[in-house]
Amino acid sequence: MTVAAITPDYTGERRDRLENFHGNQIVYVGWDQHLMFCSPVAFTLAPDTPFSTLVDEVISGAFSQHPDFAEIDWGKVQWHLNNQPFAPERDKSLIEQGVDHKSIIRMATPGLDGIKGSGS
Amino acid sequence: MSNRKINMKEKYSLLTRDLEWEYSYRDYKEIFPQEEFEGIKITDWSKWEDPFRLTMDAYWKYQAEKEKKLYAILDAFAQNNGQQNVTDARYVNAIKLFLTGISPGEHQAAMGFGHVGRQLGGVGARVACQMQAIDELRHVQTQIHAMSHYNKFFDGFQDFPHMHDRVWYLSVPKSFFDDARTAGPFEYMVAIGFSFEYVLTNLLFVPFMSGAAYNGDMATVTFGFSAQSDEARHMTLGLEIIKFLLEQHPDNVPIVQRWINKWFWRGTRMLALVAMMMDYMLPNKVMSWQEAWEVYFEEAGGSLFKDLARYGIEMPAYAKTAIAEKEHISHQAWSIFYNYGHAAAFHTWMPTEEEMDWLSEKYPNTFDKYYRPRFEKWREMEAAGERFYNPTLPMLCQTCQIPMGFTDMEDPTSTSYRQSEYDGERYNFCSDGCKDIFDYEPEKYVQSWLPVHQIYQGNCGGPDIEDVLGDYYKINLGVDNMDFHGSPDEQRWNAWHNLPSAEEKLKRAS
Repeated sequence: MTVAAITPDYTGERRDRLENFHGNQIVYVGWDQHLMFCSPVAFTLAPDTPFSTLVDEVISGAFSQHPDFAEIDWGKVQWHLNNQPFAPERDKSLIEQGVDHKSIIRMATPGLDGIKGSGS
Repeated sequence: MSNRKINMKEKYSLLTRDLEWEYSYRDYKEIFPQEEFEGIKITDWSKWEDPFRLTMDAYWKYQAEKEKKLYAILDAFAQNNGQQNVTDARYVNAIKLFLTGISPGEHQAAMGFGHVGRQLGGVGARVACQMQAIDELRHVQTQIHAMSHYNKFFDGFQDFPHMHDRVWYLSVPKSFFDDARTAGPFEYMVAIGFSFEYVLTNLLFVPFMSGAAYNGDMATVTFGFSAQSDEARHMTLGLEIIKFLLEQHPDNVPIVQRWINKWFWRGTRMLALVAMMMDYMLPNKVMSWQEAWEVYFEEAGGSLFKDLARYGIEMPAYAKTAIAEKEHISHQAWSIFYNYGHAAAFHTWMPTEEEMDWLSEKYPNTFDKYYRPRFEKWREMEAAGERFYNPTLPMLCQTCQIPMGFTDMEDPTSTSYRQSEYDGERYNFCSDGCKDIFDYEPEKYVQSWLPVHQIYQGNCGGPDIEDVLGDYYKINLGVDNMDFHGSPDEQRWNAWHNLPSAEEKLKRAS
């Protein structure tokens, strides 16, 4: 059973299927131990967006208000994609390296643990 | 015809059980088509014990008396400019949250009980649902009347029904009731009648009504008193439905347990809004959220579930997580609203130094360690003229629809991420509770109307976020939203009380 319904074989409308986003896909990004940003954020991006654009423009626009942001050593960032360790290549697109619709990218910045080390 | 007076017992019987008739020319299943599909087995509706012991004529009389008293006090409140006597204009934001987030839920409950009251085969249960439906309608109506006076003097009240259907955080209570109302009749009764009205109701009403009493809001307190006896009746109905279902057939037990697990979790997620209201929005505090949770869930709920153990019912599956979260949830919810204060129809603010000390005292294990540094940073930014607003839309949980601001209780500085794949698509959640609800009925929750995704699909106007907030949500930008400091609400309040404005205070200090 996938739903308790009075109608046999009831199926629901998939409200967030990829086609509804006009050629873009949803990508979520969270910065570990920086809860000044209360939750991960959601972007709508073309699947062929290069990872470099995600980092240099999109992530920077979202998180640069944090004092730790300027301190990030981008070579040392530890990435996760949908909870698996991830080694992104800057020149490859999102979709080429498995960042598909409604994927979660997490970035950890060891040594930078938020405001006064509080995880904020 | 003799006009002897019938006694109470006869009258009660005539006006409840005796309203039923024999179905002679239609099949029972045709008349009550929703009674079986949830798997619940009813063997004998006559075993239903009417919880209210009240007939409709007595009900009208009783409620009319209460209305008279309520409206007399609301009139007096208005004529005496009661709005000026609340503790502080910040308090009124709790009432904005109530009117936009909770009153429409009363209306949803009225429609839900109206519908369910038609679907249950037992006449006693049908009459009980009918009365509760009317109560809920009365509640939404009297709440609107009680709060309408504030609408004349404060911003953010004007479009509450419109906002309820569209605004991102109001999708949390809206989707909660939509979920219950689109379930079968017995799940609805367990969801709203039992889990919400019985297990969690005190955590909703006591904080708001005591909060109103502690903050000089006579209008809302009086509504609270007027609703109290109704709530007591609703709790009785909630308990009766559970006992009835459990006693009817042993096969009902696992189904009811699953519903209790689900609706307890959905309810506690929604109560995050109440938690932040208690700890952050009341200038005069009643008690902390943690204290309220301990009294009304851990103690009262604990003894309830001990009573239900004889039926084979256990504590809700995610109670342990919810108990651990009591030290975090209000701070995390307020952080969400502070982040997105530009997109809310009420004001947010950072606590004063005194209020932060109260939070440290009430939350000795968590506040100074996890939250104070964040809040002090935000206060610094505000003082520097750069009040923090999150520039990007948040990721939402597919089930509860709250931004993913909750953390793992084993590791409270790490966001709690959960993910499922269903029919080739990813779905994301804030907790095991929300993930399990989806996994059990994915065909229901693939339909979630997630405000952030709807904005990105272009269904909420645009292209800019300001267009969504102003045109689609009908938030008066720069008036209803943003920080309390600098708001028109604050300016009016200061003018009424001859208080110096923020600028004047600065001038005097220098």
